[in-house]
Amino acid sequence: MNLKNGLRHAVRLYTDGFRQMTWGRILWVLILAKLFVLFAILRPFFFRPALAGLDEEEKREAVADGLLRQPAAAPAAAAETDN
Amino acid sequence: MGGPLLEWSRAQFALTACYHWLFVPLTLGLALVMAIMESIYVRTGDETWKKTAQFWQKIFGINFAVGVATGLILEFEFGTNWSNYSWFVGDIFGAPLAIEGIVAFFMEATFIAVMFFGWNKVGRGFHLASTWLTGLGATLSAWWILVANSWMQHPVGMEFNPETVRNEMVDFFAVAFAPEAAVKFAHAVTSGWMTGAVFITGVSCWYLLRRRNQRMALDSIRVAAATGVVAALLVMFTGDQSGLDVARNQPMKLAAAEGLERGGKGAAFSIVPGVEVPGMLSILATHDPQGYVPGTRDILEGYTDGEGQAHPSAAEKMERGRLALAAFRDFRAADLAGDTNARNEARKQLETHVDYFGYGYIQSEEELIPNVPLVYWSFRAMVGMGCLLLLVQALLWWQARRGRLEQTRWLQHAGLWSIPLVYLAGQAGWIVAEVGRQPWAIQDLLPVGAAVSSLSAASVQTTFFIFLAIFTVLLVAEVRILCRAIRNA
Repeated sequence: MNLKNGLRHAVRLYTDGFRQMTWGRILWVLILAKLFVLFAILRPFFFRPALAGLDEEEKREAVADGLLRQPAAAPAAAAETDN
Repeated sequence: MGGPLLEWSRAQFALTACYHWLFVPLTLGLALVMAIMESIYVRTGDETWKKTAQFWQKIFGINFAVGVATGLILEFEFGTNWSNYSWFVGDIFGAPLAIEGIVAFFMEATFIAVMFFGWNKVGRGFHLASTWLTGLGATLSAWWILVANSWMQHPVGMEFNPETVRNEMVDFFAVAFAPEAAVKFAHAVTSGWMTGAVFITGVSCWYLLRRRNQRMALDSIRVAAATGVVAALLVMFTGDQSGLDVARNQPMKLAAAEGLERGGKGAAFSIVPGVEVPGMLSILATHDPQGYVPGTRDILEGYTDGEGQAHPSAAEKMERGRLALAAFRDFRAADLAGDTNARNEARKQLETHVDYFGYGYIQSEEELIPNVPLVYWSFRAMVGMGCLLLLVQALLWWQARRGRLEQTRWLQHAGLWSIPLVYLAGQAGWIVAEVGRQPWAIQDLLPVGAAVSSLSAASVQTTFFIFLAIFTVLLVAEVRILCRAIRNA
């Protein structure tokens, strides 16, 4: 019973709080607009993870190849292997 | 290393981090000062303090709303622009960032609602606890982010596994509670307190200059200026500790911050070029007037430190880095061929040289020296402005205490103009920390050139300008909303 009352009290705190907001409304608009731009525009169109779509092993191989294909790493490492 | 892809990727990350850091310190600082103000209200029952605390909570809310989620963009960039890096350290970064997201963020989000919606609905004590816990949540968030940053500057508690191509955590406590992380956290958080204090005194000085809300302004200055003085002294103390860490773990950064080519015992501290304090750098770097501090050339050529430990030259480190990369290549080839003996031999060779793994990517010794003028002047800007801010805060507190602040117009102007200075000092501090550690994404293990994803420079350039536009719009929005809230108070 106490828990139920407590939960009801907490829910009322939030609903009343949102209903009685004045200057907070514009801030919520700003937050929602920002989240929309971040997750609906930037993330899918400009910030797809470079390793997206690969399974764990493919990711590992892609990174290892990337690390060993670096301009400084490749010739020096190859020369050392030849020695 | 280098090229437009790397430069644009770095510029984009720097832009995002600098923008994010406009909001974080003010959140941390306002959280502390408004909690102190509410504590005074609860203790005295004086309604003026309640209104004062409510006003600064409103400013906190605006800053929080505009700043929230700007840090997420950094995580987008990790996955897209720095995929090699993200994979290479994912096992280390995952834990602190996940804890930050789950524990600290939810704690902050829960109690912030009680703080804003709970006035007159929950008991005074519970409301006050929520206000303090909102600040604590924000501070805990900072802890985990700074643990991750500190690990990049001084990687500990992990082992490189050539099978997974990852640095894997072997000691969570070494990572999460590294002394360097604690110092970095304390330095960053106290600088945030200073930002909050300077912001509040600055806005209050504006009220005094306009002869408005004078009671609230003077009350705010008494609390915030005292906080500002204490915070500034703590920033100095933690900065001193941070200097010791940098001298021990990143001597090149220290040498760059001092523009020191040739070091030695009893090294002088450069105030500005041509003006030096003999022995001071040794005191700052080692707490010993005769302590040895290497210069950039000493580090490249190899040196023996004050404790008799020999540090190899850059050429030797680069050689060992190439051996580590060759062993890594051999390990992968042997693994593919199923040759167990060759695989074990390569792993052994890799373990011998892995501490210098990143040096294998360095083509020229000169790449190991960061941008000296930028780091040198940023350090002086940070320290100089920090000292000036301490002086202004101390004078504000003293004059407010004596009841003479309302007549001291020049000091009110100084308080107001301290606001941009505290932001510049904070940004300069991060330039010292981050530009000073170049070329490393992870100290000695991965240079930025190897950490960056293989993308087209044009696409990174495009997103840079998209961010610049978004950040500018958001910043203008915040400043306008803040100014309106301050004007209408």
